[in-house]
Amino acid sequence: MSAGAKRMRRLEPAAIAGVMSREVANFRTYWKGTTFSSVLEPIVYLLAFGLGLGATLVDEVEGVPYIQFVGTGMVATAVIFSSALPAMFGTFVKHRFQNTYEAILAAPVDVEELVTAEMLWIALRSGIYGCVPLIVTFAFGLDPAWGMLLVPFFCFVTALGFAGFGVTMAATVDKIDQFNYVTALCITPLFLVAGTFFPISGLPKGVQLVAQINPLHQLVELVRGGAFGFEWVDTARFAFLVAIALLTWRIAIARMRARLID
Amino acid sequence: MAAIELSGVVKHFGPIAAVNGLDLEVPEGICLGLLGPNGAGKSTTMRLLTGQAIADAGELRVLGHGLPSDSKAARLEMGVVPQLDNLDVDVTVEDNLAVYARLYRVEDVGAAVDRCLDLARLRDRRRDAVDELSGGMRRRLLLARGLVHEPRLVLLDEPTVGLDPQIRTEIWTLIGELKSRGTTILISTHYIEEAERLADEVAVMTHGKVISRGRPADLIAEHAGRQTAEVYAPPQRLAELRASVEAEGLKVRPAGPAIAIVGSERAAAGVVPEDAVVRAATLEDVFVLLTGEEAE
Ligand SMILES: Nc1ncnc2c1ncn2[C@@H]1O[C@H](COP(=O)(O)OP(=O)(O)O)[C@@H](O)[C@H]1O
Ligand SMILES: [Mg+2]
Repeated sequence: MSAGAKRMRRLEPAAIAGVMSREVANFRTYWKGTTFSSVLEPIVYLLAFGLGLGATLVDEVEGVPYIQFVGTGMVATAVIFSSALPAMFGTFVKHRFQNTYEAILAAPVDVEELVTAEMLWIALRSGIYGCVPLIVTFAFGLDPAWGMLLVPFFCFVTALGFAGFGVTMAATVDKIDQFNYVTALCITPLFLVAGTFFPISGLPKGVQLVAQINPLHQLVELVRGGAFGFEWVDTARFAFLVAIALLTWRIAIARMRARLID
Repeated sequence: MAAIELSGVVKHFGPIAAVNGLDLEVPEGICLGLLGPNGAGKSTTMRLLTGQAIADAGELRVLGHGLPSDSKAARLEMGVVPQLDNLDVDVTVEDNLAVYARLYRVEDVGAAVDRCLDLARLRDRRRDAVDELSGGMRRRLLLARGLVHEPRLVLLDEPTVGLDPQIRTEIWTLIGELKSRGTTILISTHYIEEAERLADEVAVMTHGKVISRGRPADLIAEHAGRQTAEVYAPPQRLAELRASVEAEGLKVRPAGPAIAIVGSERAAAGVVPEDAVVRAATLEDVFVLLTGEEAE
């Protein structure tokens, strides 16, 4: 057997599938809890914000009943909390506490394949969990629309970006409690100025500008496009999300390589 | 072609030279014990071999593949058993094995899992989560996981460190079975007994390089001679004795509360005290003499 002939390619599907199968095996042990909370959470929010706030203070926003406005917006909430946080904490724990990556990298898997697989898995899961608030909102009077079929796909692409961000953070912090800074300085503001609970058009001009580069806001707009009708600008929003996903993917790989390979 | 060929390998971590001019050749079909004290650079060597550390200098070949460029192809044919248990604890025994069978591109995953379950003697625990297993079972599973693709070469980094004696013996038995099948093994350890029992050849490593290499019997004959005389006495007398024996040109090493006069068969009459306990020279004598470290 000649050594040259066995040289292996990059981004092999078999390696990526192998790493993802590990995630699936683990997911089978905890999916019930995750699924329960991902369904319950939007119901609670919709009841509190939609019914509470909607019944007393606001009726309609941008021509949409407030509960449907929040319900569609909450897709983005579900996406960020099922992608950025698992990517941060999961990656850190597997790397630092469980030595999982050391075992995987001893197999014919490289860092690029490892990070790609972890991001894909998180994004697939988020793509599905992201749809839950939308489905819950059907019960609150939202009408199904063909454009909604694209929502899992929008969620998947957005979640890729947040997964890449989360992996990058996991490769950057030294201690797990430093994630508190990431959450307070990044995740929470992104979540709040996404246009989920109130339209960003009411915010000061500067904040509005910032919201434009918030992937979560772009996702919210795309989901509402799917529910209430797309505009041309939505293509640009989607392109932006794809660009963020690609960018964080490459950064996450580089950061993890620096962490994992001495 | 040797299974592992390292020459002039250097790896620094900042100012620390973890591996410092390492030459090591492991021929196919043998079990080589990399014996060295803590901090000798054993784990770094293992990480270099799996491509998880990149050498600053030197040539590395594993199963004919040059590292680091062809590391992935080398890893496909090589099994690794880590020092720390990194099994997925919530996942079943069989799923732990199946995942690694896929990572190693095994075609018949089911058959590979069955084979490993037999090897680890865990067939009746296959559907149990790993955290329900005893310590010994987990260790056997960890070892079997590294063999899921029937590798030609297996790296074991201190496979029994910190384990209780009974589990250690179980693992030694499994490694013995692996040896008898002709698999090439590189096992690092700082336990003399482990090297003595398992290794066809021993390479003594300290400060990042191999300082002596050979079959245990040859190393003993070369560095320690035939006999060692141990003297137990109060520290004051030991110190005096040590000085007088070394003046005669004999090698002396500490041995816990005693001192050991190595190669005592060469001593002139009257040099070795009457109350000394004379025994056959051991690999431990060699290890302590060469590394200056007390053996564990
Ligand atoms: N990632 C690392 N960063 C800094 N120093 C390291 C790293 N890995 C190992 N070292 C140092 O290199 C030396 C050799 O370590 P190691 O290869 O783990 O030895 P052994 O396995 O023989 O105990 C030690 O001094 C250790 O502290
Ligand atoms: Mg070590």
